[in-house]
Amino acid sequence: MPVVESTVLICAGGACISAGEKSAKQALEKKLKEYALDGVVRVVETGCMAACDLGPILVIYPEGVFYQKVTPEAAEAIAEEHLLKGRVVEKYLYKGAEGELRRRPQEEIPFFTKQVKVATRNLGVIDPLSIDEYIARDGYFALNRVLNDMSPNDVLKELKSSGLRGRGGAGFPTHLKWSFTRQADGKPKYIICNADEGDPGAFMDRAILEGDPHVVVEAMTIAGMVIGADKGYVYCRAEYPLAIDRLTTAIEKAREYGFLGDGIMGSDRSFDIEIRIGAGAFVCGEETALINSIEGKRGIPKVKPPFPATSGLWGKPTLLNNVETFANIPQILLNGGDWFSSFGVEGSRGTKVFALAGKINNTGLVEVPMGTTLQELIFEIGGGIPDGKKLKAVQTGGPSGGCIPLEHMDAPITYDSLAELGTILGSGGMIVMDEDDCMVDVAKFFLEFTVEESCGQCTPCRDGTRQMLNILEKITADEDAEEDLEALKHLGEHIMKTSLCGLGQTAPQPVVSTMRFFWDEYLAHVREGKCPAKRCKSLTRIVIDEEKCVGCTACARVCPVDAISGAVKEVHYIDPEICTRCGACLEVCRFDAINKVSP
Amino acid sequence: MAKIKSLEELTKIKEQAVKGLKMRDSGKKGKIVVAMGTCGIAAGAKDTLRAVVDSLSEKGVEDISVIQSGCFGLCDVEPTIEVHLEGSDPIIYGNVTPGNAKRIIEQHVIEGKVVGDLIVKRGEL
Repeated sequence: MPVVESTVLICAGGACISAGEKSAKQALEKKLKEYALDGVVRVVETGCMAACDLGPILVIYPEGVFYQKVTPEAAEAIAEEHLLKGRVVEKYLYKGAEGELRRRPQEEIPFFTKQVKVATRNLGVIDPLSIDEYIARDGYFALNRVLNDMSPNDVLKELKSSGLRGRGGAGFPTHLKWSFTRQADGKPKYIICNADEGDPGAFMDRAILEGDPHVVVEAMTIAGMVIGADKGYVYCRAEYPLAIDRLTTAIEKAREYGFLGDGIMGSDRSFDIEIRIGAGAFVCGEETALINSIEGKRGIPKVKPPFPATSGLWGKPTLLNNVETFANIPQILLNGGDWFSSFGVEGSRGTKVFALAGKINNTGLVEVPMGTTLQELIFEIGGGIPDGKKLKAVQTGGPSGGCIPLEHMDAPITYDSLAELGTILGSGGMIVMDEDDCMVDVAKFFLEFTVEESCGQCTPCRDGTRQMLNILEKITADEDAEEDLEALKHLGEHIMKTSLCGLGQTAPQPVVSTMRFFWDEYLAHVREGKCPAKRCKSLTRIVIDEEKCVGCTACARVCPVDAISGAVKEVHYIDPEICTRCGACLEVCRFDAINKVSP
Repeated sequence: MAKIKSLEELTKIKEQAVKGLKMRDSGKKGKIVVAMGTCGIAAGAKDTLRAVVDSLSEKGVEDISVIQSGCFGLCDVEPTIEVHLEGSDPIIYGNVTPGNAKRIIEQHVIEGKVVGDLIVKRGEL
């Protein structure tokens, strides 16, 4: 991202659009270009700012100055006076209903105000290597309470009233998992933290382990006390070296302070944690495969039941939770289950961390109450889509999830509403796609991933996903594939019904979901040989407009495969046989003479 | 470090550490927190950290402590640093290249003027 000096938020809610937001925005952008400010001032269209009668509304950050009733003339004045010369234009300042001048301070931008931080409350606030700073933020006080003031049943009661469900993807009620493991016969029992975060685009667990490792140590110890286990494992993927480093330090410090080891905090209880490093297989995030991997066996899933709660690690009762699930526990026990369930909606309580990635301005990590709408998450907190492009879809749940199209952006984010839309909440990765993304290509990307990551144990997943990928490759390669679409559907249904584990049961989801919402795009590929997003290489050409080309040779010089020919000051030509559609020429042409076309 | 055996001992550590976090008792006039998650490091936070430490010592500033932390969520504007001087609101800056770090030390820490164009957030996280 280039250094942006000012950000202009212009309200593009329905009311402001009808009040003339588009023409004001155009006038503003024109002026900015004139003053050569377009590189340092970012203009962002936002959702409704809730002052519709005074629209169009415009806010300038970092100062946080609000303007109202921004006509095109007002926009020009603001560009010249405020953005160029740095003087506030009093005349158009937002006056609110009571006529009072208002300038909102910086911290009220939606990225911060809309967030509720529970699992990520210490991230960026404390030094992850300092146990004292964790204690300063009430660290290990929940453990103390569990050891001295709460019975295991009290803890389970709080978890139940909190409504916390597993944050790793499946959404199983946490209190049930804890009580099943507590009630199970067999000794010893084990606690496992699943830190094998593998979905492309998801990184909340890494951020928690890197920024607040003690919260996981404390929560696992609490789990040990409640379930009756004295040994825990964190299964972390090898791709997270910094997380492993910081967690290692945290475990050592916790031992030093007597939060781990024998006689925890002066009691007669013992608990200790070891780290196990995964070798990079996606399937090892599946709980039974993960357990196999810790045992030193090949990481392949087992048939369930028995569930790990009764027969897990080395055949013993095992509690397995994800990093983010654990990170919520100490706060729930300190503030009460009712406090946690006051966030969110029926069936999906509390907050959830999302990793925003793809075509979105505020790429990063956010924590919001469940039930927040996609609209709020993407446009208000996420800051919308870069370069004035239009949102096409949001992919949730990684390779096990699907795409939610633009028309469903008003859906609240809950386990149930996303299931209705044919996707899953998953671990919280959100990949935002704009008009330049081809949905068939997206489905192909995720399927390539699962084909690669299938453990190969059962046929539907191993061979079925391969067959689906073959069809997708045919579709995107301009081969006659219309009849294969039916087969693609059937394969998807059968793989979902007949696979052994979660990986196979959900692997066709990206295809099924895009076929549901973007059927037209599939048809355009197979019937017209056309990729509407101009993404699929075999269906796209890059051509030079003979009218506009002045023969400057800029394109020919950047072409990495020498596909462009032509003499100086003569019209150039791209050889489609050699061209790899890399798009380097598109970026350097200053005459707008190069275009991507799909027949 | 002796093992903690009671709520009293835990509370004592908390009280001391809270002071450290708010730095009333640390003998320092302020602190600079550099976000060092993987995203920050990938964006160059290690160079930023070095630039912060170097320009502080270059300017002879000794009463500012430099601390590292994790990712606070706005990975898009990494590297980020928080400048918290005693008696004023903490300021979080984004896109802190080594050059910008130097500018922040000179303008904010030494002259007391907030560097407007790099601000991401004012106030506590």
